[in-house]
Amino acid sequence: MSDVLLSVEGLTRRFDVSKPWLNRVIEREERQFLTANADVSFEIRKGETFALVGESGSGKSTIAKMIVGLLEPSAGTIRFDGQVMDFASGAAMRALRRRFQMIFQDPFASLNPRWRVGDIIAEPIHTFGLLTGAAVRQEVGRLLELVGLSASDAAKFPHEFSGGQRQRIAIARALSSRPEFIVCDEPTSALDVSVQAQILNLMRDLQDEFGLTYLLISHDLSVVRHMSNRIGVLYLGRLVEIADAKRLFVEPQHPYTRMLLDAVPDLALSGRRRTPVTGEIPNPINPPPGCAFHPRCPHVMDICRQIVPAQTTTASGQAACHLLTQDDHRRTREPVA
Amino acid sequence: MSTPILSVRDLVVEFPTRRGTLRALDKVSFDIAEGEVLGMVGESGAGKSLTGAAIIGLLEPPGRVAGGEILLRGERIDNLPPEKMRRIRGRRIGMVFQDPLTSLNPLYTVAEQLIETIRTHIDLSEKDARKRAVALLDRVGIPAAARRIDDYPHHFSGGMRQRVVIALALAAEPELVIADEPTTALDVSVQAQIIDVLKEICAERGASVMLITHDMGVIAETADRVAVLYAGRLAEIGPVRDVIQRAEHPYTVGLMGSIPTLTQTADRLTQIPGSMPRLNAIPQGCAFNPRCTRVFDRCKVDRPELIARAGGRQMACWLYDAAVQGEAENV
Ligand SMILES: Nc1ncnc2c1ncn2[C@@H]1O[C@H](COP(=O)(O)OP(=O)(O)OP(=O)(O)O)[C@@H](O)[C@H]1O
Ligand SMILES: Nc1ncnc2c1ncn2[C@@H]1O[C@H](COP(=O)(O)OP(=O)(O)O)[C@@H](O)[C@H]1O
Ligand code: SF4
Ligand code: SF4
Ligand SMILES: [Mg+2]
Ligand SMILES: [Mg+2]
Repeated sequence: MSDVLLSVEGLTRRFDVSKPWLNRVIEREERQFLTANADVSFEIRKGETFALVGESGSGKSTIAKMIVGLLEPSAGTIRFDGQVMDFASGAAMRALRRRFQMIFQDPFASLNPRWRVGDIIAEPIHTFGLLTGAAVRQEVGRLLELVGLSASDAAKFPHEFSGGQRQRIAIARALSSRPEFIVCDEPTSALDVSVQAQILNLMRDLQDEFGLTYLLISHDLSVVRHMSNRIGVLYLGRLVEIADAKRLFVEPQHPYTRMLLDAVPDLALSGRRRTPVTGEIPNPINPPPGCAFHPRCPHVMDICRQIVPAQTTTASGQAACHLLTQDDHRRTREPVA
Repeated sequence: MSTPILSVRDLVVEFPTRRGTLRALDKVSFDIAEGEVLGMVGESGAGKSLTGAAIIGLLEPPGRVAGGEILLRGERIDNLPPEKMRRIRGRRIGMVFQDPLTSLNPLYTVAEQLIETIRTHIDLSEKDARKRAVALLDRVGIPAAARRIDDYPHHFSGGMRQRVVIALALAAEPELVIADEPTTALDVSVQAQIIDVLKEICAERGASVMLITHDMGVIAETADRVAVLYAGRLAEIGPVRDVIQRAEHPYTVGLMGSIPTLTQTADRLTQIPGSMPRLNAIPQGCAFNPRCTRVFDRCKVDRPELIARAGGRQMACWLYDAAVQGEAENV
């Protein structure tokens, strides 16, 4: 399809979390691997906002880092505008890198405290040789105003700004290479709600103005619903469901999506019925076999403990759950205490 | 009306610094009734944690209570000697903090810590205290409590640790529990469980709760009344349903509009311009005036006091002061 900007197929990333060699020998332990992402596939269309939600450790940031080329996948492919990202080729990666940028959660850690704001924003312009001389300064001023700051702020240092203003600086920097695609990893999680609203509104305005495509990562379902067209739900490194943003919340297909939804406090005081949420995320080093969600799932069946469910098409997108492929699941379903 | 469990009257907390004194809480007043859950919301730096710390007498020096009084069942506790205050903490006021590890000692088993707390405050034998401790752990939802009680805190997951802290906070049957962001460090699916446990167990034991959080959703589901703090002052206080669904104070209105919800349809969120002032730059008059869409002359000169409104609400805003209604153009 021509309107797909980014596609990810079978993306997998393992980390070696073994103890040092000597300890392993003494304690007679095997090497240990943590699978941060397993077999993740999705597509992002031009101009849309695709969101990934999941709890801590579900692998959101790992996917983000692989997509922007900060981390090499253990398996799988990433295609940007039809072109496979080749981590081995420095030149090819560099050419691609101008076209996508990343915004991080902590606007303090991501800005070099010893650099002036102007230099921080200009860095990608220099790296990619986009402008020279006085034009750089002019461009920096324009970008600062674009994100709601003033051109004179270029001479200041990051610590002179509040959290929200620092995130504006990070956005100006991300925009300076004129990218088409921006990966935003928890861009507002460190901010207060009133400041979060300012940043989310700004992100929307910039998207409209420049036709940007976003991958938005967040653990906040309300933020994700507000901002995105489609949403992927991650659990222990796997995508359990992908759906149209508005429909995901009306008709969740996967039991984990339902559980997440039920965990969100009801600000509208609508009296929405909720099932109590149970259990916690298991250790990712030894995830449960079969469907990783099975120890917490109220609908668990025998097959769930043995076989990893495959993605199936649903009315609102796709989901990976045996319930969706078993016609007579109602009879085989075991009640869970 | 019966005496409130807690009464905070014109509380002022200050930090003397080399460049002058910073006033972090400025005449904060509220009550918590018997069995009531009072939510305390505000953006970071509004003074929520300081309010909690001042009540339990754990302000970090040089921070100090510089004015007002704090009464527990009608008796002042803000001027007690440290030794007496220590006995009130744990016995009459239980505490739950954001990071469970600040309340738990990593070197002792959960059993040792629970039994010690119980026996410090209640006259029970070691055996009975242990029985009580196991029952408590079981009540807060620790599976196989009788066995797990002899584990160390680091053997528990984040959510389980916070359950242990709740058990510890309630071990001596306190009248009041102060919970400061008890779920902020936890995963979404665990937060709801912890809030439910906290709420249920306090209700069961008749403990009042002061729930400090920046999360309006948590307040909406948990609290009876809510106090909105802004720049060290109370902007509004009232029944949760009223404040959330019919916010009146301009700051609360802006705050509620800025929160995305699962049901809203608007494309843009309401935006409050700017951010909360630092302590050394709190504007004259109403602290919110530079960001307020309805500001008028009086707001920049005089500070609005809390005014009682219908339905048990109180509001600090000149718009709602009958005496100055004529001055505001856009009321
Ligand atoms: N460099 C690394 N070495 C070992 N394990 C790692 C590394 N980076 C991530 N992990 C592990 O991979 C899993 C996924 O991590 P990731 O940071 O992608 O999660 P996340 O969804 O972004 O979580 P959060 O919401 O906390 O940011 C976690 O279990 C994490 O501990
Ligand atoms: N030790 C301290 N010295 C100086 N200022 C402090 C100190 N502790 C807190 N403050 C200030 O007091 C205000 C309120 O803090 P706090 O109660 O922690 O806010 P909240 O819990 O609402 O985020 C903030 O402006 C904070 O910077
Ligand atoms: S596959 Fe089985 S255990 Fe997993 S979510 Fe579906 S029903 Fe539950
Ligand atoms: S007192 Fe004035 S500035 Fe303050 S909130 Fe009310 S209208 Fe706004
Ligand atoms: Mg992350
Ligand atoms: Mg705090």
